[in-house]
Amino acid sequence: MLGALAFTAPWLLAGLALLPVLWVILRAVPPAPVRRRFPGVALLLGLRDEDSAADRTPWWLLLLRMIALAAVIVAMAGPVLNPRGASDTRSSGNLLILLDASWASAGDWQGQISLIDDLLTEAGRDSRPVAVMRLTDPQPPEFQAADAWRSRLAGLEPGAWTPTPQMMSRAADLLKGQRFQTIWLSDGLEHVGRAGLLRALGASGAVRIHQTAGQLLALAPLRAVDGALELVAQRLVAGPAQEATIQVHGRDPSGTARVLTTVPLQFEEGARQATATLSLPGELRARISRFEIAGQGHAGAIALSDDSLKRREVALIAGREDREGLDLLSPLHYLERALAPNATLLDGALMDVLPARPDVIVLADVATLAPAEEAALLDWTTEGGTLLRFAGPRLAASDVSRSAEDTLLPVRLRKGGRDVGGAMTWGAPKSLAPFAPGSPFAGLAIPDDVKVTSQVMAQPDPTLADRVIAELGDGTPLVTRKRVGQGQVVLFHVTANAEWSTLPLSGLFVQMLERLAISSGSADVAEGELAGTIWQPAEVLDGFGMLRDAGTLPGVAGEALFSAPLGPDLRPGIYEGADRRIARSVLGAGDTLAPAEWPAGTDVQGLERTSETPLAGWLLAAALVLLSGDIIASLGLSGRLMLLRGAAILALAVMLPDPSSAQGPEALAGEVTLAHVLTGDSVVDDLAHAGLRGLGETLFYRTTVEPGPPQGVDLETDELAFFPLLYWPITEAQPIPSDAVYARLNAYLRSGGMILFDTRDADIAGFGSASPNGARLQRIAAPLDIPPLEPVPADHVLTRTFYLMQDFPGRYVGRPVWVEAAPEGATQAPGMPFRDLNDGVTPVVIGGNDWAAAWAVDDTGASLRPVGRGYAGERQREMAHRFGVNLVMYVLTGNYKSDQVHVPALLDRLGQ
Amino acid sequence: MTAPAAPSATLRARSEAEAARLPALLARAQHLAGAVLPGQHGRRRAGQGDDFWQYRPVQQGDQRRQIDWRRSARSDAEFVREREWQIAQTVMLWVDSSASMQFSSGAHLPEKADRAQLLALAAAILLDRGGERVGLTGHTLPPRRGAAQIARLARALAGTGEPTDYGVPDARGLPSQSHAVFLSDFLGDLVPVSDALTFAADRGVRGALVQVLDPAEEAFPYRGRAIFESIGGTLSHETRKADDLRSRYLARLAERKAELRQICGVTGWQYLCHHTDASPQVALLWLHAALGGGR
Repeated sequence: MLGALAFTAPWLLAGLALLPVLWVILRAVPPAPVRRRFPGVALLLGLRDEDSAADRTPWWLLLLRMIALAAVIVAMAGPVLNPRGASDTRSSGNLLILLDASWASAGDWQGQISLIDDLLTEAGRDSRPVAVMRLTDPQPPEFQAADAWRSRLAGLEPGAWTPTPQMMSRAADLLKGQRFQTIWLSDGLEHVGRAGLLRALGASGAVRIHQTAGQLLALAPLRAVDGALELVAQRLVAGPAQEATIQVHGRDPSGTARVLTTVPLQFEEGARQATATLSLPGELRARISRFEIAGQGHAGAIALSDDSLKRREVALIAGREDREGLDLLSPLHYLERALAPNATLLDGALMDVLPARPDVIVLADVATLAPAEEAALLDWTTEGGTLLRFAGPRLAASDVSRSAEDTLLPVRLRKGGRDVGGAMTWGAPKSLAPFAPGSPFAGLAIPDDVKVTSQVMAQPDPTLADRVIAELGDGTPLVTRKRVGQGQVVLFHVTANAEWSTLPLSGLFVQMLERLAISSGSADVAEGELAGTIWQPAEVLDGFGMLRDAGTLPGVAGEALFSAPLGPDLRPGIYEGADRRIARSVLGAGDTLAPAEWPAGTDVQGLERTSETPLAGWLLAAALVLLSGDIIASLGLSGRLMLLRGAAILALAVMLPDPSSAQGPEALAGEVTLAHVLTGDSVVDDLAHAGLRGLGETLFYRTTVEPGPPQGVDLETDELAFFPLLYWPITEAQPIPSDAVYARLNAYLRSGGMILFDTRDADIAGFGSASPNGARLQRIAAPLDIPPLEPVPADHVLTRTFYLMQDFPGRYVGRPVWVEAAPEGATQAPGMPFRDLNDGVTPVVIGGNDWAAAWAVDDTGASLRPVGRGYAGERQREMAHRFGVNLVMYVLTGNYKSDQVHVPALLDRLGQ
Repeated sequence: MTAPAAPSATLRARSEAEAARLPALLARAQHLAGAVLPGQHGRRRAGQGDDFWQYRPVQQGDQRRQIDWRRSARSDAEFVREREWQIAQTVMLWVDSSASMQFSSGAHLPEKADRAQLLALAAAILLDRGGERVGLTGHTLPPRRGAAQIARLARALAGTGEPTDYGVPDARGLPSQSHAVFLSDFLGDLVPVSDALTFAADRGVRGALVQVLDPAEEAFPYRGRAIFESIGGTLSHETRKADDLRSRYLARLAERKAELRQICGVTGWQYLCHHTDASPQVALLWLHAALGGGR
């Protein structure tokens, strides 16, 4: 054994001694001669070598071979890296793999899973029954074959909570009385009740602990301090100074989830706790969904935000705004001051504000509403809005809700209201009675200086008692509330300003507004307020910190929501109550992270275990690589590398698709491609292909149009959009295309494509049905969307797009070629040789001159078909090529040449 | 191209390659020839032709319509306008298409055969433009004029090569008093070359000998143990230190060039050694001058 490296057959290393001998032998053998092709060999014949000493094999090639050989010898000796020592004996018997499986282990879950995988592999090798148990969800242990557990590994997930003492003791109960070895994968946190479990396990057999060594960061629930958000993070080990980043997640204005901002977090050296404060605009703050310490990947690093960060939209509407300048008397002044820090205030007429769906609408001393307003307001309230009304002189003077209860008022009102404690009244101003326990204001302290001097009075009704949520010392209702659909209507029986009472001047007013969920300034939720309520989980965190839909998880009692320890029944997440959402994070406000402390003598190891690595395979692979390098080098020395390169090129050529076959759409769209319709007659198709190739070469040499290889088009399957021109030779036996093809052909023609029909029969029948091809053309073209035609007129732009020409010969000459007829009223401009024909490119050109035959060339560029006789025939072929050039130019440039007619007029107009 | 393989296997590929070269060869040759302005091949004596040669007084036997009245009106005597005698020459080409010509020492260099064909075709285009008739020796292509002949020449030149290792000049079918151009590497036996030139000189044929060599043949940049083989594979020579052979090889090459020059001198031909890494323009200009100078 040599350090961490050992050999299974060390005596084989003696073979290394042979290497120097081999060196000498190989050195003596000269390299193979290079074979060279050289025409001048005739001059070399008979020349003798002057020096008989042969070339030697280069030293680096010898070294390469020696290293390869040494690698083989060493590999045969069986080297093993990190050999398992004799002390690490493998035991037999049952094996229990115990996981903490809490959120704290989620950060390094992958490491734990791979460790379990290793353990299971070993146990499988030793045929040991294995059971895997999670402390966060203890189940009766099933000792099974390791392979059975390996298939279940992917399903193992950490819980979003930590093991409670109950879970520990339950696990101890389940394991009682069995013999097994325990391997405990700890999350590194101290858990209450662990010592007892450890004792129980020790009674059953040996215990080994594997514990994550890494640092662990967790985030406490956020607090609002002086308008800023305070984030407190904990760390497990008080080590050196450390930096972390808190990501603030939320939705951007378009509704996309993203990181809104990041906050740096600085742990001082030796500190276990770090604080970051975050000051955000209210609008941005309202969109925050959670805070997360970046890169942690467990539920503890997440602090969820709830309604405490939300900002409500409150619309303020006053009935009387005619007293200019008297700010302190404005009915809305105190409301604005109370709400502005914590809510978004909307200003405007009622009907303008309603479409914005505010959360709350405040009507300060508004008595009567227009019927349309009333209906709209009722709809909005029914759908969940909170309508907050304040009394005032107008409401008191009006007849609203006098005899029958108004839908938008909680109670009937007596006419006139009452004054108490004024200059003209008996008695003192009234103060508030303590809030009843069922009231939303329950628990609020009432300052002494809150006095009410005037109020509107509620009519005694059977429902009145249920609707009062605050009353004066003498029992008269001060605040009443009525549920309307999902929303509510709240009436303060006093004014919103200080005219009728001092309530708006006091802090109580703000607290009452908060309790009514109109303003939500503080995150604190009173314990008492939660008593007796049931909170439904909306979204819960899993161990990795992912928010998931809560599904059918049962509701949680309000008392338990904050105080009870987390577990399967109370998961961290967001809980919905009647009118607000509350977040429960993994870490409580006062929780700290404590590192696990194991009793002395416990076998604690890290997660990483070096496994035995046999090196023979690697060495053999290295030897193979070296030897193949030797092959290449030897070939290069003897000049045979060319052969190798040829073979590689051949292999490439075999692998590459045949370039002559159909091209992809990208290639077709990339360059001008001439196309011909496949008729099914191979002779005609080949000729058309050769013809278009010949035309393409002509275009290439004479014009800037450089078409790609021509393409045969199967109308039934191929896309036509890539081809500016379709050459369609007509054969007698050609099948009639299907209806779908006609639809595509018509679309092709309408979108600027052109078809050149060629009956190839010299048009002997004048496109009548006398010739079989003519008859076929008639049948084929009948469903096409073809305009009226005429023989090419002498001034058609086709006669001058590139070459000037008057007839369009192919293999046959002199027959008329038909194009779209010129419009009726085309006139010849004075002094111009052409008529004004600027619109439209003919979609079809029909002729019978067998152009493809005249254009066709074979692979060597020689013409395939004779045209005419002698040089007169060559002239005719030349004219046929010119027709092709003109046609392609016409297709590609349209009536550009016709526009040239106007050049003199344009120049004249420009004053030149 | 250099690897000998079954003809059936490579026939398609070879013919494709050859066919692809044909229009390109023609185009390159046209391009090359376009750079040279052909002079006139006048006979420097009166005769049939287009260009003015001289006015001479009317002699007995001249027809009246031969009198140049415009010139005669300026003096009392009557003059006849004579034109320079122009006749078409016949230039016969022989391009070595043997295996040794199909060699190039680098990927960027053309094969010797390619260069020889290019030079021959460009010269033919020039000559045709000058009104000469061009053909191939050995009864393969009789001399004719015109664009069609150029196309035929191109097709014949780009035809498949011969399997023999070294080409032998074919002096058959040389019209007497014509001109000839032989293009080869002349690395084979020199006796047939000497015979062909002597035979041509006997028939009054003069011309030019262009030796097309690869730079590697001129420099012999080989080292180490090597077996040198001819392209056709008939000859081979093994050496243990190729660099030792260089000086002796170069001496033999110089000797061979001198011998060629000597044969040319005896028969009244002109000799040029052209390397494939040099511009073909230079060789074409020389060829043009050599043929034009022989009028």
